[in-house]
Amino acid sequence: MKMEIISAGPLSTVQDKGRFGYLEYGIGQAGVMDRDAFQKANALVGNRDNEAVIEATLLGPAFRFDKDTLIACMGADMQGRSEADGRIVERGRAFPVRAGETVRFGMAKCGVRGYIAVAGGIDVPVVMGSRSTDCKCGIGGYEGRRLKDGDLLSVFDANLSEKATKRLLKKSFSPMQYGTDIVLRVIPGPQIGYFTERGIQTFLETAYEVTSESDRMGIRLRGPAIEGKGGMDIVSDGITFGSIQVTSSGLPIILAAEHQTTGGYAQIAAVAAIDLPYLAQARPGDRIHFQKAAIEDVQRERKKRRYSL
Amino acid sequence: MEEMNREETVHIAPVGDEALLVEFGERIDETLNRRVHLLKNRLGKTGIRGIRETLPTYRSLLIFYDPALLSYKRLCRKLAGLLKTEEDQTVDGRQTVGKSRPTGGGQAVEENQTTGGILAVPCCYGGRHGPDLADMEKALQITADEIVRLHCGVDYKVYMIGFLPGFPYLGGLDERIRMPRLAVPRTKIPARSVGIGDSQTGVYPVDSPGGWRLIGKTPLDFYCPQKEPPVLCRAGTYIRFVPVDERAYEAIRKDVESGVYRPEYVA
Repeated sequence: MKMEIISAGPLSTVQDKGRFGYLEYGIGQAGVMDRDAFQKANALVGNRDNEAVIEATLLGPAFRFDKDTLIACMGADMQGRSEADGRIVERGRAFPVRAGETVRFGMAKCGVRGYIAVAGGIDVPVVMGSRSTDCKCGIGGYEGRRLKDGDLLSVFDANLSEKATKRLLKKSFSPMQYGTDIVLRVIPGPQIGYFTERGIQTFLETAYEVTSESDRMGIRLRGPAIEGKGGMDIVSDGITFGSIQVTSSGLPIILAAEHQTTGGYAQIAAVAAIDLPYLAQARPGDRIHFQKAAIEDVQRERKKRRYSL
Repeated sequence: MEEMNREETVHIAPVGDEALLVEFGERIDETLNRRVHLLKNRLGKTGIRGIRETLPTYRSLLIFYDPALLSYKRLCRKLAGLLKTEEDQTVDGRQTVGKSRPTGGGQAVEENQTTGGILAVPCCYGGRHGPDLADMEKALQITADEIVRLHCGVDYKVYMIGFLPGFPYLGGLDERIRMPRLAVPRTKIPARSVGIGDSQTGVYPVDSPGGWRLIGKTPLDFYCPQKEPPVLCRAGTYIRFVPVDERAYEAIRKDVESGVYRPEYVA
């Protein structure tokens, strides 16, 4: 089946969980920013949990298929609707689309990143074990780049018998509501000792504002400078999605899915993986509150929620 | 000095709940880096269930794991055991190596086990491939020939790969050819350019902006997404630059492009 991108929006890419095993070669993991929305969108259309989806940013895409199919949207509320009959694509439920019918998504009403899964999953070549687009390295996804108007994507065949479709249409998740104040649990990081007690207090007790210079590489924050004991430069360490680096300006940057593999700034802490979906949906102007957590507690909570990679 | 290094304590810290960092020290140092790679290799051999991948840098190893299979606490315990035996090994290693600069001796060969030697990297110096070589002659008061000789006279250790896919951070540049970065970085440096930036030298694997002084170009691809592994050299191995003229450069490039070139390793 083919999926024709009529309008791609400002930044829509094909993503799966990410690319693992190549960090030591300087190739990052990329992958979806919001794993939670990604997994749910796939589940709603009956996909296995790592099928590739479209991650749209702020403004959703418009597209059509050459066959009847099912789609589902999770994450940001991008107010998708059918141009044929005006039906609204509700988040949290599968949505049947007829061959030739245009579905158009709009501006995100809440959240930033919308995940659109198609039954079967998007069929782009697997590069280094993943279908994720890494724009920085120019690999994965559709020709290693963000989607453009007119792109023609292949979609894997799915079992959409009447029975299977009926079963899928019964499934639902309650869509997330995203507030403007976001609490992120953070685990103190390897360079916490670079900061004064006052600096750490500033970090944990003030709200930091998400700036518009935030993207898939990192979420840049504005707020009071975090006081360090000396410089913030370190001999480069490996970094992860969720690592919080403090630059020489004293301001924190939270590294996101498409971050570089290594970084030369002190890591004060890192966001708990189960809270990263909230970070992924933070809009410029939203306020982030960091809440200190112990690694043992976070890992216990993951177990309880059966959170898996 | 050696004794002091040994006193340096290994520091383990969580980096979120899916990774942890083992930090051996805070300097760029051959001994620290050797310990990083020793631990990486041992983890590879031991095969602890739940470890997903490891990322070595100059002085630390970032270990990604799946908390559903392996908790932070348990991984720390396992690492403590490994580090204990590693320490004994490092001491032994030092006694037999006892050289500050690797020159293709036992240690280099041992660490290059996967490839079997020091990777020869042909480089065409100066001219259109190395537009900054002439400036370096003037600034350093050393002839171009001498700069090339000094640049080729060291076996560089690939301390780590980062910044760009396949970008090698090389240690061991001769002090006499250190050169500060350009005041205004170039917006596009062609892939395969060989450059010097302060005390570092390296190869740009892909077109990229950058401020290093360009002294030459290699016909070899340091990053090739179609290959497995997608990079020419891995962290922990050694490379040596070998000067070639324009004609040899073109010939090798042709072989690389047609896929018949086989990397050469020197003893």
